[in-house]
Amino acid sequence: MIGRIEIDKERCKGCGLCTISCPKGLIKIGEEINRQGYFFATWNGNEGCTGCAICAEICPDVAIQVWREKR
Amino acid sequence: MEQDVEKILVRGNEAVAMGAIDAGCRLFFGYPITPQNEIPEYLSKHLPPLGGEFIQAESEIASINLLLGASATGARAMTSSSSPGISLMQEGISYMAGSELPAVIVNISRSGPGLGGISASQGDYFQATRGGGHGDYRVIVLAPSSVQEMYELTCLAFDLADKYRNPAMILGDALIGQMKEPLIRRKPKSMDLPPKDWALTGARDRKPNRIKSLYLQEGELTEHNWKLYKKYEKMKQEEIRFEMLETEDASVIIVAFGSMARVARTTMELAREEGMKVGLFRPITLFPFPEKPLKDLSRKVKQFLTIELNTGQMVEDVRLSVERDAEVQFYGKPPGALPPPEEILEQIKKYYG
Amino acid sequence: MELVFKRPECLIDVPFHFCPGCHHGIVHRLVAEAIDYFKIRERTIGVASVGCSVFMYDYFNIDVLEAPHGRASAVASGVKRARKDLIVFTIQGDGDLGAIGIAEGIHTANRGENITLIFANNGIYGMTGGQMAPTTLLGQKTTTSPYGRDFTTDGYPIRMAEMMATLEGSAFVARVAVNNPSNLMKAKKAIRKAFQMQIEGIGFSLVEVLMSCPTNWGLSSLEANRRVEEEMIPYFPLGILKERKMADYL
Repeated sequence: MIGRIEIDKERCKGCGLCTISCPKGLIKIGEEINRQGYFFATWNGNEGCTGCAICAEICPDVAIQVWREKR
Repeated sequence: MEQDVEKILVRGNEAVAMGAIDAGCRLFFGYPITPQNEIPEYLSKHLPPLGGEFIQAESEIASINLLLGASATGARAMTSSSSPGISLMQEGISYMAGSELPAVIVNISRSGPGLGGISASQGDYFQATRGGGHGDYRVIVLAPSSVQEMYELTCLAFDLADKYRNPAMILGDALIGQMKEPLIRRKPKSMDLPPKDWALTGARDRKPNRIKSLYLQEGELTEHNWKLYKKYEKMKQEEIRFEMLETEDASVIIVAFGSMARVARTTMELAREEGMKVGLFRPITLFPFPEKPLKDLSRKVKQFLTIELNTGQMVEDVRLSVERDAEVQFYGKPPGALPPPEEILEQIKKYYG
Repeated sequence: MELVFKRPECLIDVPFHFCPGCHHGIVHRLVAEAIDYFKIRERTIGVASVGCSVFMYDYFNIDVLEAPHGRASAVASGVKRARKDLIVFTIQGDGDLGAIGIAEGIHTANRGENITLIFANNGIYGMTGGQMAPTTLLGQKTTTSPYGRDFTTDGYPIRMAEMMATLEGSAFVARVAVNNPSNLMKAKKAIRKAFQMQIEGIGFSLVEVLMSCPTNWGLSSLEANRRVEEEMIPYFPLGILKERKMADYL
């Protein structure tokens, strides 16, 4: 795995923009709610994340951080 | 040194512009309107060589907002207009009072309401002292009565605005704006003023400053309004300015401001020549209004004649000041020609004795 | 692994108040990224307009001034004229710039005031509950155009970027969107360019950002995002409409 992300579940508002932006479809809206009452986005943690950070770029709540292996 | 001080024959409007420059104002934003155009014209010529900025903006609305922005940086800035333009500025003035921004706004009043006319009137007294804009705020209002005062009170306005972080207004009128009189261009002594650490200058090595008037949290706006109220109360204690002439033995006192005070003064002199004991009380600060000195006077003198170039505005403040201690009569003339002193003297004779 | 994406330095670490899926958060972040990129935080002044972007001072770690509705362009010009060494920007909505503030907006550009204006165009009045805006599309239903915008009574939507680009005083005018990664990257570049124009003293810069307003459009966040692509972009084409290469005086 070249990359990984961390979604701040309390900042996420469940808007879903990351779910349609990830080129690999690795993010889904989960079934749990956060303290604000939103169904927050979750990353499956599986193989495939390239650390492209598109999800983080499109997130309107700056709720995602992205790591990538140094090349 | 005395010999270095200019004594020059200038128009009232130009005296305002000179006062602004001598007070360190280097930013002016305005829009043309009769009868104050000499102010922007003078500053358009004299600010750039001093490194200042002059903008003839697209409207008075733009002007007051340019002023808001410039004063937020801590700079001394001014705008000028006349009655209808001042109406347009009311929103901006309210915002500046709520945001605690200092600036000077000059109203060279003309006649209204609406497009009205271009001759002098005093019909903007309510607009100036009763807010004009929305919300519970006051504007410091200074009423010059001569070209010399147009200069000196403009200098004072900048100091008072800075001292209280509040807009200050010069309430002149077309007559004083257009007349020419000798001016001794000597800048009055500046006040000791606190540093402007609230100003927006870039958040280097400090927490960011924010200048706003929006307070949505519980109790915030109440607290803010009390804070503003305390400022206005302090102004009432410390900043009242007025002139009293021949009031010690008077049995009738004329109360007048601005250009009408000039008529009042001549009336007083004519009356005295005829043996009548008439005095003059001239408010210079319209806000804070010289309530207490008037009240004190009303304990001895029982007849006040308020004369204004309108149908009755300042007279309300005179009545509030003297309460039931004296009789306050009113003689007003809507805008048009100033009444000659003889006409006022006729009125005095009605009440004298 | 190294951290390759995190919150910009000058964006205060607090939750945004914006609705889920509202593009305002993206735009605020892009502006913060530009401020970080040029290392100008300590000399940047933000001017907050009235609308959903009124809380600018809660989000940017910079000096911020609140302006009356529609007047942010004039207020920002006043700041800049008083302090030419500072970088001044506004974020204004379609009511603030396109309606009540259109005169101030046009003349600020016309005078070539060296400020940066971010125009948040979501075709509706957000903060006040969904009324028609000057950029509302024909046929679009809002709380004050319940039968759909009708050009015979309501006029046509205004293309602000095109209008402002015709003024000689405008140095950089672009229209962008943030509804997909490709558009977002172009938006990032345009916003950065706009600030660069100001830093280099080249003149007035305007970036119009097409944004979604799910709440007042009555759409889900993803449907609203799609609407930007399908309905807004065809009427408000994306691109750089004007780019001055060197300063006026050269």
